[in-house]
Amino acid sequence: MRILLAGAALGLTLLPAVPAWADPSAGPEPAGGGSAGTSFLNAVTIAPEQPVKVGAAIGDYLYWQFPATAGQRPELAIDVALPDEGRTGDQSWTVEVFDGLRRRQACVGGEQSPVASTTVSEVRIGCRLRQVRSWAEPWDGDPLPGTYYVRLSSTRLPEKDLGLPVEVSLALTAPTGDTGADQGELAAPLVPVNQPGKVLTTPVPTAPAAPGDGEDMVATAWLPDFSSRWIWTAGGGVLAAVAGLIGFSWTRRRA
Amino acid sequence: MIHKRLSIVAAAGLIAVAVPGVSPAHAEPGTGTEPPVVELVLDVSGSMKAADIDGETRMAVAKRAFNDVVDALPETTRLGIRVLGATYGGKSKRQGCRDTQQIVEVGPVNRVAAKNAIATLKPTGFTPIGLALREAAKDLDGAGTARRIVLITDGEDTCTPPDPCDVARELAAQGTDLVVDTLGLAPDEKTRKQLVCISQATGGTYAAAQSEEELTDRIKQLVDRAALPPPVTPAVVAGAKDCAGAPLLAAGVYSDRELIGEHRFYRVAVSEGDELRASVSIALDRPLNRDYGVLIKAATVDGRELVRGLDAGSGRADVISAGLRWSGDEEPALSAISEICLIVSNSLASATAAGAPGMPVELTIGLAPASQAPDAPGLGRGFLLLFVLAIAGLIAGVLAGWLTRWWVAKWKEN
Repeated sequence: MRILLAGAALGLTLLPAVPAWADPSAGPEPAGGGSAGTSFLNAVTIAPEQPVKVGAAIGDYLYWQFPATAGQRPELAIDVALPDEGRTGDQSWTVEVFDGLRRRQACVGGEQSPVASTTVSEVRIGCRLRQVRSWAEPWDGDPLPGTYYVRLSSTRLPEKDLGLPVEVSLALTAPTGDTGADQGELAAPLVPVNQPGKVLTTPVPTAPAAPGDGEDMVATAWLPDFSSRWIWTAGGGVLAAVAGLIGFSWTRRRA
Repeated sequence: MIHKRLSIVAAAGLIAVAVPGVSPAHAEPGTGTEPPVVELVLDVSGSMKAADIDGETRMAVAKRAFNDVVDALPETTRLGIRVLGATYGGKSKRQGCRDTQQIVEVGPVNRVAAKNAIATLKPTGFTPIGLALREAAKDLDGAGTARRIVLITDGEDTCTPPDPCDVARELAAQGTDLVVDTLGLAPDEKTRKQLVCISQATGGTYAAAQSEEELTDRIKQLVDRAALPPPVTPAVVAGAKDCAGAPLLAAGVYSDRELIGEHRFYRVAVSEGDELRASVSIALDRPLNRDYGVLIKAATVDGRELVRGLDAGSGRADVISAGLRWSGDEEPALSAISEICLIVSNSLASATAAGAPGMPVELTIGLAPASQAPDAPGLGRGFLLLFVLAIAGLIAGVLAGWLTRWWVAKWKEN
């Protein structure tokens, strides 16, 4: 029994060092490091720590998608190697990030839309997203767990420069921050609906959720996921106990 | 016993923690039962004789590039090749502008036959791009769901009217998924403008090739892209002018067309406990004024707005998107509402081509379980929490000490 308890205690103390609970594998398999899609629908899936290198033409709109879970802070670093010859003026490059509902997401770090003059041979573009939250009000634009789309394009350039070849390399990192700041949970991640639509003549009555699922939810819902709050609260308890002992000792008659 | 229970609670806690919040709930991608289809359309007009690519004629370079592409073709891809301006060398524009033939039928590729067909090509006649595009679209008719045409030319259309750009827009409006990628061989300004217009009208890409390597790489890339069709083919739907006549949509992806300044209405049935997730993308398939925007609104059937999603931008862009979430649980009075009206509108403006066909609209409807608003946190954090707990512990300790002393003193008296 004691061993069990000790094991559980050890597990709890080790938790902060092992952030392996955040499972970033929510999504289809990455399709490999050498391609990019040309629309939201055929965006190529990428994964953190798997650099992508792809040839493209100036004027192309390149799309990628990646899954993110609550607590992650996805960051994109993109290098575009520009052609040495044929450029006639400044080019504005932009990386835009959209969530699973194709809602624009703000970049809070990185240079999102740099301008490349004709003299530079490379342009660096970066975007760091806000930390993905575990829940948000439905009318709120906060980043939520699910799919994220990346669109890389040049937004302003001399018309003559269209079609020149460029080399794009993209790296995605998604460090996990502290999840304790958030309460609540999104019932289903914001992932694209990959099924063709159907026009109905009468509404289809959807079956209520299976009762079994609900019971499962109730069984574990009262216990929050591991976060720094556990450490603070447990630490506070220990501190209170120590303070209690100190207070108790003050009332003892000094010999 | 208490120990046992404690350890079970601890273990349960660990297990609960180990279950990640996000399950991989991706819908199974509609694994394409139909093989990817692509048709290469090659300009074999007289101008291809020009020897300005690495000191060789454009035609010789294009032939070698095509051979490389045929060799490297993915096994599953079905390829067709059409040429234009290949046979008629005369002066009659009327005849020269009807000069387009399919030299390799769309289907599994016989590499030897395809290479033989390519070898016989000689740069000859006019450049009827518009007609070739029309014919290429016919070649691909019924061949697959995602159809791609790769147009390779060194010069502008010499047979206008019809303007090939108008033809491209018209073809895109007819079929659901016809994309024309264009590739200019050492293009001049007029050619570039025309090819950019064609690719923009169909959601394709444009690239210029100044060397054989660039040409080969780009064609291979386009063919490889065609081998990865999108996971879903949108269903065609026509939005109505008001909510009463709007089509009732199930969850899924739809495509529609919307004119500049038009409002389109759709209805969705949302049952209690469900959350509506809708997103809309409007493709900017023609030259537009600098600033633009899109708006999607969810409203009750009698016109009361519930929530909206919008986005605006300026400069070059291929699509502009917005999305929204709504669930009746947020407001109990509305939870009984079953039908929601979705209104898609745009604030686009064009100085030139504002008429039909409208801009391509892609509408995605999702229905997911509604999320519950969280309760107050069960756990705390921060130094204030520690301070309050410590003070509370201290006071409790002092009180406990006094009580104990009082009790001991009383016990001794008795």
